[in-house]
Amino acid sequence: MLKVENLHVSVEGKEILKGINLEIGAGEVHAIMGPNGSGKSTLSYVLSGREGYDITEGRVLFNGKDLFEMSVEERAWAGVFLAFQYPVEVPGVSNIYFLKAALNGIRKFQGLDELDAMDFISMVKNKMKDLDMDEKFLYRAVNEGFSGGEKKRNEILQMSVLEPTLCLLDETDSGLDIDALQIVAKGVNRLRDPKRSFVLVTHYQRLLDYIKPDYVHVLAHGKVVKSGGPELALELEEKGYAWVDEKIAS
Amino acid sequence: MSASNENLKDMIGQEYKDGFVTDIESESFPPGLNEDVIRALSAKKEEPEFLLEWRLEAYRHWLTMEHPEWSFVEFPKIDFQDISYYSAPKSMDDGPKSLDEVDPELISTYNKLGIPLEEQMRLAGVAVDAVFDSVSVATTFKDKLAEAGVIFCSFSEAVKEHPELIKQYLGTVVSQFDNFYAALNAAVFSDGSFVYIPKGVRCPMELSTYFRINAANTGQFERTLIVADEGSHVSYLEGCTAPMRDENQLHAAVVELVILKDAEIKYSTVQNWYPGDENGLGGIYNFVTKRAECREENAKVSWTQVETGSAITWKYPSVVLKGDNSIGEFYSVALTNNYQQADTGTKMMHIGKNTSSTIISKGISAGHGQNTYRGLVKVGRNAENARNYTQCDSLLMGDQCGAHTFPYIETKHPSATIEHEASTSKISEDQLFYCMQRGISAEDAVSMIVNGFCKEVFKELPMEFAVEAQALLGISLEGSVG
Ligand SMILES: Nc1ncnc2c1ncn2[C@@H]1O[C@H](COP(=O)(O)OP(=O)(O)OP(=O)(O)O)[C@@H](O)[C@H]1O
Ligand SMILES: [Mg+2]
Repeated sequence: MLKVENLHVSVEGKEILKGINLEIGAGEVHAIMGPNGSGKSTLSYVLSGREGYDITEGRVLFNGKDLFEMSVEERAWAGVFLAFQYPVEVPGVSNIYFLKAALNGIRKFQGLDELDAMDFISMVKNKMKDLDMDEKFLYRAVNEGFSGGEKKRNEILQMSVLEPTLCLLDETDSGLDIDALQIVAKGVNRLRDPKRSFVLVTHYQRLLDYIKPDYVHVLAHGKVVKSGGPELALELEEKGYAWVDEKIAS
Repeated sequence: MSASNENLKDMIGQEYKDGFVTDIESESFPPGLNEDVIRALSAKKEEPEFLLEWRLEAYRHWLTMEHPEWSFVEFPKIDFQDISYYSAPKSMDDGPKSLDEVDPELISTYNKLGIPLEEQMRLAGVAVDAVFDSVSVATTFKDKLAEAGVIFCSFSEAVKEHPELIKQYLGTVVSQFDNFYAALNAAVFSDGSFVYIPKGVRCPMELSTYFRINAANTGQFERTLIVADEGSHVSYLEGCTAPMRDENQLHAAVVELVILKDAEIKYSTVQNWYPGDENGLGGIYNFVTKRAECREENAKVSWTQVETGSAITWKYPSVVLKGDNSIGEFYSVALTNNYQQADTGTKMMHIGKNTSSTIISKGISAGHGQNTYRGLVKVGRNAENARNYTQCDSLLMGDQCGAHTFPYIETKHPSATIEHEASTSKISEDQLFYCMQRGISAEDAVSMIVNGFCKEVFKELPMEFAVEAQALLGISLEGSVG
């Protein structure tokens, strides 16, 4: 599904990603861990097409197509979804309106008609129930005044409504209380599908207790310094990143 | 008399001879302004003596006035002798014969606004003989209003049918000496609308200039007078939500609202006159005096305006809060794109006791647009417990445009409570990216964010108007991103 080859990215002349290689197959769940400032968010932004990053080397193929040839919207329409580490507030725009505009944008690309308003509302309400979200959030402005945890949950709501094929979750677990973490994890697990892949950026093993990854990668100083199975996360939790650094050094 | 005046007189005389009396329906006056022109105009409209006198007083005063220079807008000096002050309503035969003859760009805008075909034809002035509903709609709605005792007609008609009402209320809110353009309007206004809601009547429908058959031809100096008698209520919608390609540049209207005891007027405007092209060429100068007087206790008025058109918008819908416990509200969205300029805001004059006012202003500037909010909150000597809340937000798109805020406050009573909040923001890259990452195109995202910014104002508009206003913002901002 996604193939990242020797990806080098700079911001304002400073190299942040220094040759990332990653291959993510359909239906797989990959966890990316790594110290603060190692480039995890940068990677998710570059994949989703945010401006301000210079791609100096390498390429990314998404379902065989050059990802960097696609605009932000085109990537979204083709199924790339980023759950933001810091979801953005859009004052005055209701959540329901936003969701509808997003879904219709995607459906239009897929050659589908707009969903009937009633069908749409009941579909969204069902998904909210799954995420234990109060319906009143539908009529509040997107993320405005939401608590940290509410924002994260709202990202997962958007993801379950839009049903993307490549889900990048940037620290969705940070800021969630224990119950919310379980609910969000359930929401993600419900979306797991042989045709859908996940990249979970996280600092905590805890999330991976609920969402079992197929692979775990450690990103440090702009490079994938170690990859392995779920056991790698446990090892990290126990030994800390210093252990990875030592391994690079040796 | 100077030679040039002599010439002018000759010319008018000639024109006169050639038939603007005999052939009333198809003539325009030649450019120029003097007392004879005003007399001729008044005669043509068969006005009573008092109105002619009123016009002449206005004109004589206007001659002594200087063109105001205090606003933030810039435009070349207007030659008032270069304007024709009377143009008979275009005969239907002169209009386009079908939509095919109408500027396709105009049609495309109509379509984007979702205006039904019949309405499009009417707006574009297509000659149609009572084919479809508009005529029957107009009739049913006239009947319904008459039943309720509501008077809703053109200003000229009101002058003929209800001269006593005109005499009683005309110029009592905006006098014929009020300001430069108001005096000019008083001297030469050609037509406009008149509304009277009798005591205790809740107008059974929203009154819209859409339905007033000759609204499209009221011209550049129109005058509107609305009187809400005791305990009555009316919602009035004004506007052209589609661009009018008008060769006339100056549009100097006057709107007067009189609100008596326990009455309420809600006045909504969506203004989208031709803004000029992307290089700032052409477009309408929209210099309008709008004022409401809450004359008696518990009177309430709210102005809601969405201003997206015109090359220059220069207006301050104001409220005189004379009656005790009266309420004035002003909700405004002003958008300037390309080289458009807007200097708009309101004046809230607190005179009675326990009066309150609310001002919500949203200015959006894109391209090279210049957007100014200018507001005055004045609390008089006897205005015990006056309250005002003002919120003024500006949104900038790009770095070539400007937003300016001039809030003035004058209080002469210590009990006044006045709150003012202001903000200036830019559409953030983060917001755009967030929307686009969800599959919303850049243009839709901009329009969505801008509409969100204006939400507090749009929610004051009647439903259909709000929908059109939203579509309009989107259209007005087309091409301003990316
Ligand atoms: N726009 C920018 N300008 C300058 N430096 C930037 C910019 N964006 C990212 N960086 C730098 O790039 C590095 C990687 O940042 P990034 O946000 O990708 O880290 P991260 O791995 O997501 O960290 P965290 O775990 O704290 O979320 C940091 O040193 C950061 O300061
Ligand atoms: Mg990060």
